[in-house]
Amino acid sequence: MKNNPMTDKTAFSKGLTHGFPIALGYFAVAFSLGFMAKKCTLTPIQGFIGSFFTRASAGEYGVYSLIVQDAGYISVIAMSLVTNLRYLLMSTALTQKFSKGTSLFKRILVGCCVTDEIFGISIGFPGELNPFYTFGAFAISTPFWALGTTCGIIAGSVLPSRAVSALSVALYGMFIAIIIPPSKQNRAVCAAVAASFLLSWLIRYLVSVSQIDLSSGTITIILTITISAIAALVKPIKDL
Amino acid sequence: MTHSTWIYILIMIITTNLIRVIPLILIRKEIRNRFIRSFLYYVPYVTLAVMTFPAITEATNSPLAGAVALVTGIIAAWAGLSLFPVSVICCVVVLILEFFI
Repeated sequence: MKNNPMTDKTAFSKGLTHGFPIALGYFAVAFSLGFMAKKCTLTPIQGFIGSFFTRASAGEYGVYSLIVQDAGYISVIAMSLVTNLRYLLMSTALTQKFSKGTSLFKRILVGCCVTDEIFGISIGFPGELNPFYTFGAFAISTPFWALGTTCGIIAGSVLPSRAVSALSVALYGMFIAIIIPPSKQNRAVCAAVAASFLLSWLIRYLVSVSQIDLSSGTITIILTITISAIAALVKPIKDL
Repeated sequence: MTHSTWIYILIMIITTNLIRVIPLILIRKEIRNRFIRSFLYYVPYVTLAVMTFPAITEATNSPLAGAVALVTGIIAAWAGLSLFPVSVICCVVVLILEFFI
């Protein structure tokens, strides 16, 4: 494959094909994100723009919850940083995946395409990454992600509450599907996840009982930094 | 509301994409610091876990349905099911349970 690199056009259409199942999953999850965004007072067009250019389920979820709380703009930066820190690692991993001749402009565009799933298939591309493969996966999946959010915001007020209630957990289902496989393989991750569940419940309960003025988003940031730092100290990784 | 939703969204877009792009512009070498590497390794899982529970029990009409969806989702993901099926299973569990609760 390295000696016979595929053309940009072939790589792009391959990216489209591999991106299609990702796009379907995105639509369903974004639909559920849309419900949540609607509760946070977003309009369908705001949901579309926000999702199209951000493409980060957990990050968007976190920021939208800040909007409804009327939190400060600085906390939006903090929330985006904390919920999307993994993209920093993913992009760092991708720097090793390009051929030497890849222009800075294409590298930056690939960086903008990074999500959990698109990073996953891009890093799995045989040999050096042809940026057009990533662009193909981006081109098919992003409209589904943005449209899903918009449809969710619109449908949130139309669908019966029973259906909204059921679909509201789709997003959490996706989060679970991301955190459980590594927990199964790695006991340290498993312990960190278990501690996160427990402390999240405990701290939120204590905060609500004592009526301390801490937003849910702020609690998320504080807990994430604290638990991750402790995990990194107690059980540093050997290799990544 | 004293803040503009559009400005929130703009800040989110800029920050999130800067995170994605900065390593590709700046970092040409590997991160060697073990603590930072370890910290960054744990962050995604801890964030998602913290945001999932107890929020999943508050998203549904009945907290119990949300809790059962969480446990079912964990079992399904543990059994090797991927993103999309796990999401669907969680939804179905809530849909069925809320018929009875």
